[in-house]
Amino acid sequence: MIDYSLAAPEIFLTAAICVVLMVDAFLRAEQRRWTYTLSMLALVGTAICSALFGVDERLTTFTGSYVADPAGDVLKLFAYLIVALVFLYSRDYLEENGLFKGEFFVLGLLGLLGVMIIISGNNLLVLYLGLEVQSLSLYALIALNRESARSAESAMKYFVLGAIASGTLLYGISLLYGMTGTIELGPLAAQLAEPGGLNVPTVLALAFIVVGVAFKFGAVPFHMWIPDVYQGAPTPVALYVGSAPKIAAFALAWRVLVDGLGPLHVSWSDMLIVLCVLSLVIGNLLAIVQSNFKRMLGYSTISHVGFILMGFIAGTEDGIRFAMFYTIAYVLMATAAFGMILMLSRKGFEAENLEDFKGLNARSPWFAAVMLLIMFSMTGVPPLIGFYAKLVVLNSLLEVGLVWLAALGVVFAVIGAFYYLRVVWYMYFNEPVETAPLAPATDLRVAISANGLLLLALGIFPGALLNLVARVL
Amino acid sequence: MVTVAHYLVLAAILFSLSVAGIFINRKNLILLLMCIELMLLAVNFNFIAFSRMLGDTLGQVFVFFILTVAAAEAAIGLAILVVLFRNTQSINVDELDSLKG
Repeated sequence: MIDYSLAAPEIFLTAAICVVLMVDAFLRAEQRRWTYTLSMLALVGTAICSALFGVDERLTTFTGSYVADPAGDVLKLFAYLIVALVFLYSRDYLEENGLFKGEFFVLGLLGLLGVMIIISGNNLLVLYLGLEVQSLSLYALIALNRESARSAESAMKYFVLGAIASGTLLYGISLLYGMTGTIELGPLAAQLAEPGGLNVPTVLALAFIVVGVAFKFGAVPFHMWIPDVYQGAPTPVALYVGSAPKIAAFALAWRVLVDGLGPLHVSWSDMLIVLCVLSLVIGNLLAIVQSNFKRMLGYSTISHVGFILMGFIAGTEDGIRFAMFYTIAYVLMATAAFGMILMLSRKGFEAENLEDFKGLNARSPWFAAVMLLIMFSMTGVPPLIGFYAKLVVLNSLLEVGLVWLAALGVVFAVIGAFYYLRVVWYMYFNEPVETAPLAPATDLRVAISANGLLLLALGIFPGALLNLVARVL
Repeated sequence: MVTVAHYLVLAAILFSLSVAGIFINRKNLILLLMCIELMLLAVNFNFIAFSRMLGDTLGQVFVFFILTVAAAEAAIGLAILVVLFRNTQSINVDELDSLKG
């Protein structure tokens, strides 16, 4: 008996996307706001579905290929919030730059659908399909601005590297299928836990799968696409790429590595340690030399991925929880940072260089303060959420005795402070080049302020989010 | 007698060829898209061989999904290629270098 109610949010969202797509086809350019409104309503409806059909325990459906659990529900609700913020932050920028098309919203929602399928996938086929739904939407989104050669170039690079990554992931899956005869995560873990589960072909398959997952995270040496996409894509798309798919990457690693390949933790944690160290080093060092703010955020993402991987390396229950906590904290910070770029940009002017933040304090003390919160949080200054996120993952490493890796994390967090604080220095201690006052729409102003203050509030009361994560996962 | 091992070796060779093709080829983006297709087909070979070996249809079902996704992927890849060609009048891999830092 198939229980469709467990997949209600996905089913609702799919139907809603079709409605948005059809309605958008009949709208004239000046009525395009309806697409935006409908997309927001679709997100609200999906959230209501998730709330109504939420589960208290782990349940599977579609003959075990689909799973609903409280942690998945929390991740999904968070993903809706983030996508809604992305749409809100992007709206005015898209209108001013002639990119306000229905495709942005439809593809954005389809990408969200992919994220949800990854969160709920309980077998390797479903996880792969979710990954593709998400990636294919992103490829098209990045090439949204058809007049821009930069946009097309970054889309092409992302497409080629993404296709290699899914090919590698599939190759790993095929070997795993041949070794165990199953692609469902539960039975897979059971088979691998038996004596003799750890053999050469399995480790080979594992290596291929780790490459695929690392690519989705953007961990070094599979990070080449991140800076190019962040810089080349239209800023709203960069915001999208930098936020929701990170939740999916976490979910993919959690489902595949922990749920499915958990018994091989000894093998994959060694691989992740290499990725983690490289990400910390390359991400932080290359971020220092960037003058383009979007590109700098790309390298900063890579270094944050290093911290998320630490939770997986620890591999304890707490470690995975803290990785989830870090992912949520990071996505909130990244959304706010890109939101600020979008707010400072105007028609024909892209606030993408670090210099564009010069003298922000003189132009708007409040938004300079919000940006200060975001940068401090990314650095990991107490009492902001970024500090607790780093603290808990480092702590989980200490618990399993990886002191050297934790120390390395601290060292590179300090090095990272340099380029975040440089932005603060530009804002407060430089004369503004641009003197026009900022005049964002009221809802945008409120949302971005709330987003910034949330970083502070969750930093002062980290227990609220930590308890939630501990209760569901 | 052709065994599963033979199919696996063939798939591994095809996979390596496609990866080598992607990294060695610096001239033509269309060739790159063909290499990506080849990579997915190599994986399909694996699935079919294992499916036959295990006497299990699941591998064959997986192949149908991969073929469908590969078609969608090729469509998007070619669309991006057209956009790129309109903007730069070139599909040379070496000329994709405007983004760096």
